[in-house]
Amino acid sequence: MSMEKWNNIPAWIRWPIYALLGILLLTIVQGVSDVDRLTKVSTSREMLRWAVPIFLAGLGGLFSERAGVVNIGLEGMLILGMWFGAWGSINYGPWIGLLIGIGGGAIGGLLHAVATVTFNVDHIISGVAINILAPAITRYLSDEVWGSPTTSPATSTPDVYDLPILGGGTVAGWESPDLLLEVTNLELPFISDVAGLLRGLVTNLHFVSLLAILLVPFTSWLIWRTRFGLRLRISGENPSAGEAQGINIIFYKYAGVIISGGLAGLGGAFISTELSGLFQGGNSAGRGFIGLAALIFGNWRPGGVLVGALLFGYVFGLDLKDLDGTASHALLLVNTVVLGAVAIWAATKNRVADTVLAAILAVGAFVWWLSADAVPGWWSNILPYVLVLLVLVFFAQRLRMPKALGQPYAKGGR
Amino acid sequence: MTAAIELIGITKRFPGVIANDDVNLTVEKGEIHAICGENGAGKSTLMKILYGMQPADEGRMLVNGEEVNFSTPNDAIDRGIGMVHQHFMLADQLTVLENIILGAEPTNGGVIKFKEAEAHLAKVAADYGLTIDPNDMIESLEVGERQRVEIIKVLYRGAEILILDEPTAVLVPQEVEALFDNMRELKAAGSTIIFIDHKLDEVLEISDSITVLRHGKTVASMPNEGVTAHDLAELMVGSELPTPETSESTVTSTVALDVREVTVADEDGRNVVENINFQIHKGEILGIAGVEGNGQSELIDAIIGTADIRQGAMSLLGTDISNMSVRKRRELGIAYVPEDRHVEGLMLDAPLWENAALGHQTQSPYGSRWLINRDGARTQTELIKEEFDVRTPNIDVSAHALSGGNQQKLIIGRELTSNPSLLIAAHPTRGIDVGAQAAVWEQIRTARANGLATLLISADLDELIGLSDTIVVMLRGRLVARLAPEDVTPRDLGAYMTGAATQNSDEAA
Amino acid sequence: MRKLLFALAAPVGAFVLTIIISSIALWMFGSNPFSAYGDMLGHAAKLETQVDILNRATPLYISAVAAAIGFRMNLFNIGVEGQYLFAFLIAAQVGSLVVLPQVFHILLIMTVAVLVGAAYAGIAGVLKVTRGVNEVISTIMLNAIAITGLIALLQQRWQADQENFTSTTLGTNPIPESGLIPNINGIVEIFTRDIGQGKQLTGMLIVAILVGLAYHFLLTRMRFGFDLRASGANPFAARAGGIPPKRMVVAAMVLSGAAAGLIGLVELNEKAKFSPNPIKGLGFAGIAVALLGRNNPGGMVFAALLFAFLDVSAGILQNTQAATKEIVNIMQGIVLLVAVIAYGVTARIQSREEAKATAEALRATEGMEVAT
Repeated sequence: MSMEKWNNIPAWIRWPIYALLGILLLTIVQGVSDVDRLTKVSTSREMLRWAVPIFLAGLGGLFSERAGVVNIGLEGMLILGMWFGAWGSINYGPWIGLLIGIGGGAIGGLLHAVATVTFNVDHIISGVAINILAPAITRYLSDEVWGSPTTSPATSTPDVYDLPILGGGTVAGWESPDLLLEVTNLELPFISDVAGLLRGLVTNLHFVSLLAILLVPFTSWLIWRTRFGLRLRISGENPSAGEAQGINIIFYKYAGVIISGGLAGLGGAFISTELSGLFQGGNSAGRGFIGLAALIFGNWRPGGVLVGALLFGYVFGLDLKDLDGTASHALLLVNTVVLGAVAIWAATKNRVADTVLAAILAVGAFVWWLSADAVPGWWSNILPYVLVLLVLVFFAQRLRMPKALGQPYAKGGR
Repeated sequence: MTAAIELIGITKRFPGVIANDDVNLTVEKGEIHAICGENGAGKSTLMKILYGMQPADEGRMLVNGEEVNFSTPNDAIDRGIGMVHQHFMLADQLTVLENIILGAEPTNGGVIKFKEAEAHLAKVAADYGLTIDPNDMIESLEVGERQRVEIIKVLYRGAEILILDEPTAVLVPQEVEALFDNMRELKAAGSTIIFIDHKLDEVLEISDSITVLRHGKTVASMPNEGVTAHDLAELMVGSELPTPETSESTVTSTVALDVREVTVADEDGRNVVENINFQIHKGEILGIAGVEGNGQSELIDAIIGTADIRQGAMSLLGTDISNMSVRKRRELGIAYVPEDRHVEGLMLDAPLWENAALGHQTQSPYGSRWLINRDGARTQTELIKEEFDVRTPNIDVSAHALSGGNQQKLIIGRELTSNPSLLIAAHPTRGIDVGAQAAVWEQIRTARANGLATLLISADLDELIGLSDTIVVMLRGRLVARLAPEDVTPRDLGAYMTGAATQNSDEAA
Repeated sequence: MRKLLFALAAPVGAFVLTIIISSIALWMFGSNPFSAYGDMLGHAAKLETQVDILNRATPLYISAVAAAIGFRMNLFNIGVEGQYLFAFLIAAQVGSLVVLPQVFHILLIMTVAVLVGAAYAGIAGVLKVTRGVNEVISTIMLNAIAITGLIALLQQRWQADQENFTSTTLGTNPIPESGLIPNINGIVEIFTRDIGQGKQLTGMLIVAILVGLAYHFLLTRMRFGFDLRASGANPFAARAGGIPPKRMVVAAMVLSGAAAGLIGLVELNEKAKFSPNPIKGLGFAGIAVALLGRNNPGGMVFAALLFAFLDVSAGILQNTQAATKEIVNIMQGIVLLVAVIAYGVTARIQSREEAKATAEALRATEGMEVAT
């Protein structure tokens, strides 16, 4: 099949095929390396837990950047969400906690909007300022409210769900079958691996995780099919054109940036109420920044952001359960295959530098894989960040960001 | 009958400048009303006020006899006024349909009804005899098509009064004809059109009435009967509109720039300049005519060194420059007046003397390999200020504080005082006032008489014909014609530029 | 004069607004803002506190210069943090391995620090020009890679090499005396009384002053500095003016990283080793100081002193219980955000005023009529 035909297949069919190919690769590698962690339920569950805040931050970035405002303040907004989410959950229960977390992030977004849209401060500079201000605020508030600048008491979170039928969830008292578990237990090659990974995505499901996944189609619809979406996009593509058609660009930029903060805030609240079970300074672990990377990886599209977040989440999640470094070691073989594929792909496009670079990296990963049984802990620590860099190194030039992204906008052109 | 538009006593001040000073304008229903005036006369400001993009400081506006007060374009749109901007207001990555419905989306609870929008668009297009594919991306369209999208966009929203801001500036003569046909159809369908232009033959051809602005004031308003280009020119500038006059040839036999079989590719690997050959002698001005986007910019980039060439070779006074860095080329004597002074010419927030040093900072008197010579640079800038008549209180003001003409004179000055052997001048008089225009022409001529080789690119065909010793025409990356300026007219050039006329390729090479 | 007024209006306004906002924050949680400020100022009046402030301001200032070099050409080196910590570790290790005459030993350590910082920052520069990777994202990733990866790894390895390994000797091996820059208490004490409480004024202060002077000279006198500013002011015009954009990006990144490499030397000289918990966050704080000081060599001095004063005041607030010490971080954050906004506003007003003044000056001298 030619590349062009392949690209004409709708994205919602193409991506699952990519995913299946990926799982197939993981299964094969697993067979070769004698580890089972790459496709376990727990791995995909951790992947999702890691991916959710990254995705929410990235999706937040999408709203902001589609409106033309660069948002590296996502990290700060996520931190605000962490604190306010924890505070709300401790005082008013889990549900209100999430809402207050959204509000905290949105306030960060509002600050960013005031600085960048109203006062035309450089977007990166304002973002940096918010990233410095946000942890300061949370330290101060923590100290005043909980008597410690870095830790809160335990938070509470909404109950987790298992989806009925697929994951054995209970509907109106009826205990549905747990299909995926049964398939997993059959221990069929590949099929059980797929089931295992899928089961991690449908059991012990947090409300926010479910919401995050549903936000993908919703955001696509919002951006491409609604008036709000069209006007948001014009604000990032060519604001003067929008203004000439009587559109209040300032409003849409504010809306985009505030929604951005709210989503990052929700991601933060998810961290402090679900992932950590308390507010702890530094627990954001740069997820706001990684969300931004997922946004770039996903080419400013909601589905792409999710794929990026899952990819980064997978590496983080795997690392967490990989105390002896064998799973990360097996991953080296995956790296080899993927980088080899990149090399071949680049070769077909006559991109010599890419081919050579990818080939060298592939050989390096392969040699490492051959020469060791496990990789040291520091390697798994930095793997996600290396992955982000590699993705950007090979694909940055293929991406298309909103045309007026980062540019100052003044009404009436003066 | 009440007038479609009536503006009374409109005044608009910007810091330090009066853009509109007590302007009066009456446009009758169903007419094509031309507003002319030279650059900086206040035409665009007046239209921005009428379209609600900027508030007037004083004055009244009446639309169809009713007093109005616009604070946003929406208010103007609601009154049936639509504007087609000189710089297209289109988003490249959106479809034609999305661009057109923007601001007037038919929705159902916020969800756009694309089907309905498309049907309405088809109807509007049919009513006015305009065709366009609604699902094309704007980036895939030609200039003329983009302009059509702009016009349909305005009609889609039910505009009865259309403002066209210098619509012919981006078009070749043949495309202008098509535009005028469209305008006549619009008029027949009952629309009122306000048409801004400063090309007098076009104004006289299409308009029913004419209003002339000068220095922000209305100087005349009259029907288009018995008016001559000469009358209009006098009204616009207070004297006759200047065109550059060819003077005695100063072409020598020494080749300054030799371009041989040069091919330049764009990012996607397509050849945007293909196998081009030409020579410019000392004392010669070579003009390149062509519709924008036919490879002229890329050719310039290749010569100054900001783009690599794929094939071929270039030499300057016998030195091969094909692979030299931009800096080396400039040190060797290539001077450059870019097409947009705000993009490639100036650092708007930096003082004039730093702007004068830009491009020459490695050379005396501005500096050396390691250091900047502040005193030398300042003295030189003072010299440029005097010799090239840059009107500024001192050389420490930021470049943005100067008028366009004075900014341009500063650029011309810095390039010509660097003692160049080759000048590349792209649209050297674009967007500057008549006085500055004449000064720039004069400076280029003087330099030519002193043996400077010049590559001139201009969309102003009169300028091209008046200044050049030789004219070549560029179409789709190739040189398709080589003409003597003495025996071509702008219309002839237009025919070559669009490919309507062709020349035997041996002759062109 | 008018220019000076404009230059001062924004920072002074930002400072006043910050005082107001933080007073409200203090008052909301039941602290008396005035007694808190009183404690802070009273504390800062002491010579020993002033030594602390200078010791803190020194790395902040160097860090600010590092960030400012990038900012001057709109290049955002967010990676100062990783660069200085990495350079600190390597320099400490190399310094501990040799014994040389003092001058050479000190220069060796400095050179290593500068080279490591430059090389690590250079990666981001190279990625940007060869692969189009945005430097903001790449430096953030490189920070994480340096701090959680490389430093963790190397520190562990070098620690294990130590003889007589105990918990108190954590970190790299101690650097011999010959590798350390002596304190400059003596110079200060010529003008003041003796410095008490065993406080030592870091000799790196002199290095920081030299860095500031070099930065000033670079910007105003050197062709490279001109190219740097031109690339920031208008990259397209700079390119057409013969300034190679790619080389400038790499050069600016490398230079920024080189300056960043010096930051950790303040702590290196104080502790004579890379301790397992080095002072972190100086890279990000440096960005704040650079922004507050408008990338201006003089402005950043004031900004660094202000930030250092606030940092040092945290201690006294904790002692006197006049307020939660975290208020100083809030003040830093707010002053930064308000200042960048205020700079934007005054810059706009200033450029409008300039256009007006120019047009008026022309009319006055020539009786010319000027239209847009």
